[in-house]
Amino acid sequence: MTRIIRNARIEEDHWTRIDAATEAMPDTPSLPSGPILVPLALWQAQRAALIARGTPVGVWLDAGEDAAALANDLSQLDLIAVNFPKFTDGRGYSSARTLRERYGYRGELRAIGDVLLDQLFFMHRCGFDAFAVRADTDIERALAGLHSFSDSYQGAVDTPLPHFRRGDVDNSATPTTGATA
Amino acid sequence: MYRYTPTDQRLVDQRASQFSDQMARHARGELAADELRPLRLQNGLYIQRHGPMLRIAIPYGALAATQLRKLADITRRYDRGYGHFTTRQNLQLNWPKFEETPRILGELAGVQMHAIQTSGNCIRNVTTDHFAGVAPDELSDPRPYCEILRQWSTLHPEFAFLPRKFKIAVNAATTDRVLIRAHDIGLQLVRDDAGAFGPAGDYGLRVFVGGGLGRTPILGQLLQEFLPRRHLLSFLDAVLRVYNRHGRRDNLYKARIKILVQSLGVDEFRRQVEAEWALYRDGPLTLTDAEFARMEAQFAPPAYRPAETSAVSGEAAAPATTAGNAETEERAEFVRWQERCVHPHKVAGYAAVTLSLKKTGVAPGDISAEQMDLVADLAEQYSFGELRVSHEQNLVLADVHHSDLYALWQRARAAGLATANTGLITDIICCPGGDLCSLANARSVPVAQAIQLRFADPQRLHALGEVSLNVSGCMNSCSHHPVADIGVLGVDKNGEEWYQITLGGRTGHDAAIGSVIGPAFRADEVPDIVDTLIAVHQENAVGGERFADTLARLGAAPYRERAYAGRGRHPRQERNTADDADHS
Ligand code: HEM
Ligand code: SF4
Repeated sequence: MTRIIRNARIEEDHWTRIDAATEAMPDTPSLPSGPILVPLALWQAQRAALIARGTPVGVWLDAGEDAAALANDLSQLDLIAVNFPKFTDGRGYSSARTLRERYGYRGELRAIGDVLLDQLFFMHRCGFDAFAVRADTDIERALAGLHSFSDSYQGAVDTPLPHFRRGDVDNSATPTTGATA
Repeated sequence: MYRYTPTDQRLVDQRASQFSDQMARHARGELAADELRPLRLQNGLYIQRHGPMLRIAIPYGALAATQLRKLADITRRYDRGYGHFTTRQNLQLNWPKFEETPRILGELAGVQMHAIQTSGNCIRNVTTDHFAGVAPDELSDPRPYCEILRQWSTLHPEFAFLPRKFKIAVNAATTDRVLIRAHDIGLQLVRDDAGAFGPAGDYGLRVFVGGGLGRTPILGQLLQEFLPRRHLLSFLDAVLRVYNRHGRRDNLYKARIKILVQSLGVDEFRRQVEAEWALYRDGPLTLTDAEFARMEAQFAPPAYRPAETSAVSGEAAAPATTAGNAETEERAEFVRWQERCVHPHKVAGYAAVTLSLKKTGVAPGDISAEQMDLVADLAEQYSFGELRVSHEQNLVLADVHHSDLYALWQRARAAGLATANTGLITDIICCPGGDLCSLANARSVPVAQAIQLRFADPQRLHALGEVSLNVSGCMNSCSHHPVADIGVLGVDKNGEEWYQITLGGRTGHDAAIGSVIGPAFRADEVPDIVDTLIAVHQENAVGGERFADTLARLGAAPYRERAYAGRGRHPRQERNTADDADHS
């Protein structure tokens, strides 16, 4: 069983991911039992049947797919994942913020695909709380990527207030360099 | 100038260690070269023709003397004792060792500097007016806005992997000295005196979007007439989110926001931004008066000397000798320098001074470690310990008292930093080109020097008046040649270096993209062609008219005809694609 990072801990993952169908959409009965993470198209085509299975179901969005497509389904879903086809494709960061901030999704939000140590800090700030790091990544080491920085300037999902509105920060200038006058 | 808070310092320190760790993982084979690449680019580290190149951020061009001294020290210990200032107000080191770059970044962090987001598909260094805070035609100091944007853009969690690079410029003066409309986002500070958009006297930003040079030069279009300043960050987040979601990622050359804006049309783009913005407007990202006040305090004016009753002008400060020719010539030189390199200041008795990095024989924008040390001394002695980098690749001491001008000039002159050519044709903006850049089609520096040599005679140079001439080694246009009076662009013809000439580019609020005059020229023809274009101007200029104005009045035809006369090549009659792309 694969391991993922969830809530800053390494855990076993019980979900089975169904890849995007290249040709025919798999029939619901042919899907594996247990919790399944299905592509958006399958969800849209067989929503009722998937719910009727009575086992947890989640949907994964590809980078180009719009979070709005799930806006009315959030309460039915136990998991939403966003795929990063390449780590340099940053569309998923915006999808995550949109799911959290615009649609108020509170369940597990998982980054899947080309998910690497050096992006985890940013992903977490944008609302991801679970990370299926790429198979060849050392997951124990990757965990450290959540803590690359102790501070941040921007308001985002993890800390909605930007730095200048957080009451507890020390904004005094340090005089190491700067004007001599 | 802005000084780091403990948070700023921690972030820059942690960024340096993060980079160090990434480089170490790469060395151990844990991070593949193509996985390191985007990460190192976002720390300014390129691989170029001869090896690594490191681009150090100089946020909105502001430097303290102590920082410049550190840069000199770094170029001596880690490079070849010189650096190159760019049109993006950054400093490039051309010869660092790959494995030593983490140490360089560590040392930079020690003087509140970094190379964060100086490259890569992210929000780049914000640029502004090199006369910020001292320009007489300024509405208000743009630097507090720049620092607010620096912080917002630094390590922005959502926008580290955009479709392409994203450049923001801020201008607050009547004259546009930042090329507002050549940026992905251009911001013009405005004040709503009439109360048309809210309480009278509020500050806001006029927002332009979708400008950019590169292979498809396009001028930015108006996105917001008046964005109240408190909404700056929530609005920019919305712009970037629309771009991040919908900008093209399938074709590198079509990935800039300008292409998205063109394809949607600015009205549809605005509609999408406003729909996105609606959720965030007036939310937690809203800037507070306290934050503006905190930033403004960081840029408070230095302790200027009170104005004297009998204003001492720089000229009066020069020793009034009655001696021989040498002194007369020296005096003429000082006068020329004052005309070109001494600029008006909003405080009586003070001037801003350009230290030219455009001495013939030196690559434009290059500066040696010794010169950096000297400039640091000059800044401390004459300009409150600070200086600026201009997008024309010169340095500026912004707060020099008139009575110090002569002494400053003498010391700058001795160091080769007093070439009296700011704004003149030899003040060439020039990219590194084929000598250093692996994207180049042709070299740019030798062509720039050959042109400078044509105008070596100071009398002739000064009589000609203002002409902008920029040289780029390829269509990426790093020297901004499309918006120069005369643009020179290197092209490759079967392995030979040729140069295409554009005419009629303009910067400022009436910015325009120049038109190609016709088939390209060989390198050795370029100085003659420039001479010819100048001759046409001089024959036709009326009453001290500037090159740009004569050209606008006559049109390009007479220049074009003469440039090709007797060359057996024919000028192009149709307009070039660059013009077609400009739907502004
Ligand atoms: C030597 C390494 C450099 C490389 C590899 C490089 C690469 C590029 C590329 C690929 C573009 C086109 C971007 C696009 O069309 O999307 C570009 C544009 C630009 N670069 Fe450079 N550049 C280099 C150096 C410089 C230098 C030295 C300067 C300043 C003197 C500079 C300033 C700019 C500017 C102002 C633009 C055009 C504005 C725009 O992005 O629209 N670059 N550069
Ligand atoms: S214009 Fe071309 S040659 Fe010059 S620096 Fe830019 S990419 Fe290199």
